[in-house]
Amino acid sequence: MNWLAVKLPVLVTLGGIFAVLLIASLTVHLLQRRSPGKSYGELRSRVRSWWVMVGVFSLAMVLNRNISLVFFAFMSFLALKEYFSLIPTRRADRRVLFWAYLAIPLQYYWVAQAWYGMFIIFIPVYAFLFLPMRMVTIGETRDFLKAAGTIHWGLMTLVFSLSHLAFLLVLPGAEDKAAGGPGLVLFLVLLTESNDVAQYVWGKSLGRRKIIPKVSPNKTWAGFLGGVATTTALAVGLAPWLTPMDLEHAAMAGLLIGISGFVGDVVVSALKRDLGVKDSGALIPGHGGVLDRIDSLTYTAPLFFHFIRYLYF
Amino acid sequence: MVRLLRFLFFAVLVRLVVLVVLGLNVRRREWLPKAGPALIAANHNSHLDTLVLMSLLPLEMLPRLRPVAAMDYFLGNRLLAWFALHIIGIIPLSRRPQRGSDPLAGCAEALERGDILLLFPEGSRGEPERLARFKTGIAHLTERFPQVPVTPVFLHGLGKALPKGEGLLVPFFCDVFVGEALHWEGDRAGFMAGLERATARLADEGRFPSWD
Repeated sequence: MNWLAVKLPVLVTLGGIFAVLLIASLTVHLLQRRSPGKSYGELRSRVRSWWVMVGVFSLAMVLNRNISLVFFAFMSFLALKEYFSLIPTRRADRRVLFWAYLAIPLQYYWVAQAWYGMFIIFIPVYAFLFLPMRMVTIGETRDFLKAAGTIHWGLMTLVFSLSHLAFLLVLPGAEDKAAGGPGLVLFLVLLTESNDVAQYVWGKSLGRRKIIPKVSPNKTWAGFLGGVATTTALAVGLAPWLTPMDLEHAAMAGLLIGISGFVGDVVVSALKRDLGVKDSGALIPGHGGVLDRIDSLTYTAPLFFHFIRYLYF
Repeated sequence: MVRLLRFLFFAVLVRLVVLVVLGLNVRRREWLPKAGPALIAANHNSHLDTLVLMSLLPLEMLPRLRPVAAMDYFLGNRLLAWFALHIIGIIPLSRRPQRGSDPLAGCAEALERGDILLLFPEGSRGEPERLARFKTGIAHLTERFPQVPVTPVFLHGLGKALPKGEGLLVPFFCDVFVGEALHWEGDRAGFMAGLERATARLADEGRFPSWD
């Protein structure tokens, strides 16, 4: 297995995901055949996009570590670009935004170096202090605080938080434990995304009482609780394969990902509601934008990272 | 040789910048002309406008694609002139034509050959992300070629990525809204009003964040 960057459990799990996608595609196909009058276009394009996303993610994970890091850096870039294109920005801040983009290669370079000390303070300290200084040298003070705040929120959420996914790959000592760094990334991403799907499915089939109607009118208690329960069960099942966690910690990780994934989702929903848009973009047919797909990860990635790092690394 | 250079420039560099660094959200790409002669009329905010429009059409149509651009600006120095004429493939248009000469001769010739012309009726990039009054050159051209369809396109975001007077490109997702092709209906004023209305309608489709 020297030609691949991952261990057997990771490959088997990826194979399992493809099997689930195959079942999903067949189901949509059969549904369409049974009632040709009904349109399943939205569902079809959603499943097709899942194929593309899972395919690209699997390739990026399996080939080698540096390709995985470039993939995550590019994901941060797409998300930050979508965010900067969506929010009101000041004309004077064009060059400030350029510097904000430059934080992406630097942040992922620290990851590639496995330099934890720099990785964990670069954006919260250095970028946080530098960008307002650059804004001051340009000199526009109207809406200064709003601009400084929105730019930094984007960097924290879409670069700092997401880069925790990448740091899982380089955690010192991870290679010798269970399925290594790729096992941890796959565990986190698979649970976060399946938590989104499970919350949607439980909510659609049983949901009645709304959980947070002002922000996200489609979210229900049944969806939330069903999703968290499903994710916890999945975590207990997958953890022995993919991670060094024991059962108790696996259940805690499942709860953490289930609950914080929901929070990440509704936080981005609040942002979109504030801006008056339904989707953050149109890059992923059936899903919306990049931000719509990775919203939960912005919360689960840093929280799961510190959970596992505190307990095992 | 120059044709190969032009092909590589658009196939590699332009597509990399337009699709990866920027990123497009295109509505109704299938309404763009599939063959010449045809006119595409877009609003103008940035040098990137031309590159984005040219990358929307398939590469095999590249030899047919001719942006119409200001002679005084693009033929200003020899290096820029070579690049504009041979790599971008512009048809130079004089903004201050001499008496007795036909400013649209180059455009007319290209349409007769069956080319697809890209025009920016605002005449200049102007204030970024603000729609200016259209100039009537396009109506004169359409009057001479009444059978040629004019497809209106509205672009947003490129003026933020690279506005007039700036040399540094800052990535933004950009919107491209394609409208239904317009046809000559007998009078210039009516045609201009129709084109401006169509462009304004396309602009109203989007919900753009403030940028002051």
